[in-house]
Amino acid sequence: MLYRENGQFKSSYAADLQMLPIAQDRWFVLVLVLFAFLAVPFLASDYLFLSILIPFLILTIAAIGLNLLVGYCGQISIGHAAFMAVGAYAAYNLVLRLPQLNFLIVLLLAGFIAAGVGMLFGIPSLRIKGLYLAVATLAAQFFIDWLFARVKWFTNHSTSGSVSTAPVELFGWIVDTPVEKYVFLLALLIVFTVLAKNLVRGHIGREWMAMRDMDVAAEVIGIRPVYAKLTAFAISAFYCGVAGALWGFVHLGSWEPLAFNLTLSLNLLFMIIIGGMGSLLGCYFGAAFIVILPILLDQAPLWLGVGISTATASHLAFMIFGALIVFFLIVEPHGLARLWAIGKEKLRLWPFPH
Amino acid sequence: MLARNWPVMLLTAALMIGLVLPLATKASPPGFYIEVLLGGLMAGVLYSLVAMGFALIFKASGVFNFAQGAMVLFAALAVARLAEQMPLAVAVVLAFAIMVVLAWLIERLVLRPLVNQEGVALLMATLGVTYFLDGFGQTLWGSDIYKIELGIAKEPVMILDNVFQGGILVNKEDFAAALVAALLVTALSVFFQKTSTGRALRAVADDHQAAQSIGIPLNRIWVIVWSIAGLVALVAGIMWGAKLGVQFSVSQVALKALPVVILGGFTSVNGAILGGLIIGVGEKMAEVFLGPVMVKMFDLAGGGIENWFAYVLALLFLLVRPEGLFGEKHIDRV
Repeated sequence: MLYRENGQFKSSYAADLQMLPIAQDRWFVLVLVLFAFLAVPFLASDYLFLSILIPFLILTIAAIGLNLLVGYCGQISIGHAAFMAVGAYAAYNLVLRLPQLNFLIVLLLAGFIAAGVGMLFGIPSLRIKGLYLAVATLAAQFFIDWLFARVKWFTNHSTSGSVSTAPVELFGWIVDTPVEKYVFLLALLIVFTVLAKNLVRGHIGREWMAMRDMDVAAEVIGIRPVYAKLTAFAISAFYCGVAGALWGFVHLGSWEPLAFNLTLSLNLLFMIIIGGMGSLLGCYFGAAFIVILPILLDQAPLWLGVGISTATASHLAFMIFGALIVFFLIVEPHGLARLWAIGKEKLRLWPFPH
Repeated sequence: MLARNWPVMLLTAALMIGLVLPLATKASPPGFYIEVLLGGLMAGVLYSLVAMGFALIFKASGVFNFAQGAMVLFAALAVARLAEQMPLAVAVVLAFAIMVVLAWLIERLVLRPLVNQEGVALLMATLGVTYFLDGFGQTLWGSDIYKIELGIAKEPVMILDNVFQGGILVNKEDFAAALVAALLVTALSVFFQKTSTGRALRAVADDHQAAQSIGIPLNRIWVIVWSIAGLVALVAGIMWGAKLGVQFSVSQVALKALPVVILGGFTSVNGAILGGLIIGVGEKMAEVFLGPVMVKMFDLAGGGIENWFAYVLALLFLLVRPEGLFGEKHIDRV
């Protein structure tokens, strides 16, 4: 009753092309953004910020990056945490060696460096596809893990191999408290989401999707596979590089050599599968799910008052996590974003569904 | 055919040169060199066993089974814990029965509902199975380090000490492993070639729909294939467990077996065996001979290049031969 587009006429090309064509959607998003910016900082506790909201925001950026590659361009990658590592270490070295640079520029440069590495590891995608490519991207994961653990220059010759960073400073504003971190990350996430949305509905996104749906046919109608695939790898790695730099600087503060390991890569993949491949909204859902689920599983024994050992609890958490993944894949293979879309469809007809 | 394919020739030549370089430059005594070579081959046999499990399942059901490593761990844990209560042979048989039940459950609960989904979704599902099995195995059997005693002497034997200075140290256990692997491969190929079930399996691997249309029950075939993969996992688990002890890290062996499958070609059991040997030898050689050189040249904090060497080797190989050594050539049509 409330949610329908009757009477909203598009009288200009701009109105026809806008991102959210339905007025109710625009209002909803506006209210949501205002709520996130103005209300959440006063409502949420530090625990909520540090262990849920901040990881959620950063991982959403990374998930968007991976989704651009996997969901839109159809190239599977199981090694995207490696590009996050590249971004993190690039930012670390930039801050270390060029301390006068503004952090935003560091962030961009870290993204570009990650994009370069991403393109390098994207080259095999021109020859191999599908699951072969998935395994090939693992090469990036293991090689880059090893690189940062072993080459001393990257960690500034620290003996343990771990690095630590100072709080981020922007134009004299030191992003230090949980609330400040949250606001900073939220602003970045919104920028990156709008950017991604416009990329995927522009000509480059259409090229990616054509590649994904059938690469030979796309080539026949004049889409250059080299260009389409490598841009997807580059932009995807850019997003992950930025997310990695933020993960290192804003979330962790200091990290060990294997902070960006295969588990993180797999978690990123789970995010986009559970959230929905080829959907930006899905990245939000997926990231939220993957961030919150382990915390819930950790806490559940406490709430239930069952006294089990931590080892058993962690094994049980593994089991439930695995079972839930399979369950979700069976029940809704197109992810949570699909459920959301179905809900919206239903709402348009409500309360008279005939 | 290979003769005209110059990139493959080039890569093979480079590998050969890399292989004989330590010997030719007198960087290592021949006895030690052969020891490393044998060690690599033995590791390769174990990789092959895990990779075979991958190849079998992929061939028959088009599922990229990430859970193979978890299955190896699960089987090894089962054998190790059951062997504490009963003779080893009974424990092995019982563990095989458990693996068959597991295969049936996976087919029923995971694969059947997901039929006709795309490859990525199936891959993700097996990842879910991996997590589940890792957790379930350790909840059920415990998460300490367990030993499997095969009753073979552990101490290495010196052979050929009159040919080389210092002789060659070999492990009897490794030879047993190689022998068992060879037996398993022979048995499997007889099963695939000569029995009617084997023929049905090959038919399903060729073309699902055609196989179904002539009355081959797909679901039963899948259970059988997963059971065989469970058997292979069981053998691999016993071998690894006897060598290194049964612990969580066994599950990670699967990650080492992935480059083996892409090197050999997803659909080829022979490829898995040959690929395993190549990767095993290449990895050991690189770690022992290339590692110290790289550490010195780039001032690294330790070697450990075997973590990625296999992957990079497989990747390079894929660049010149995208379908792997024995994979089926794929022709795309619009």
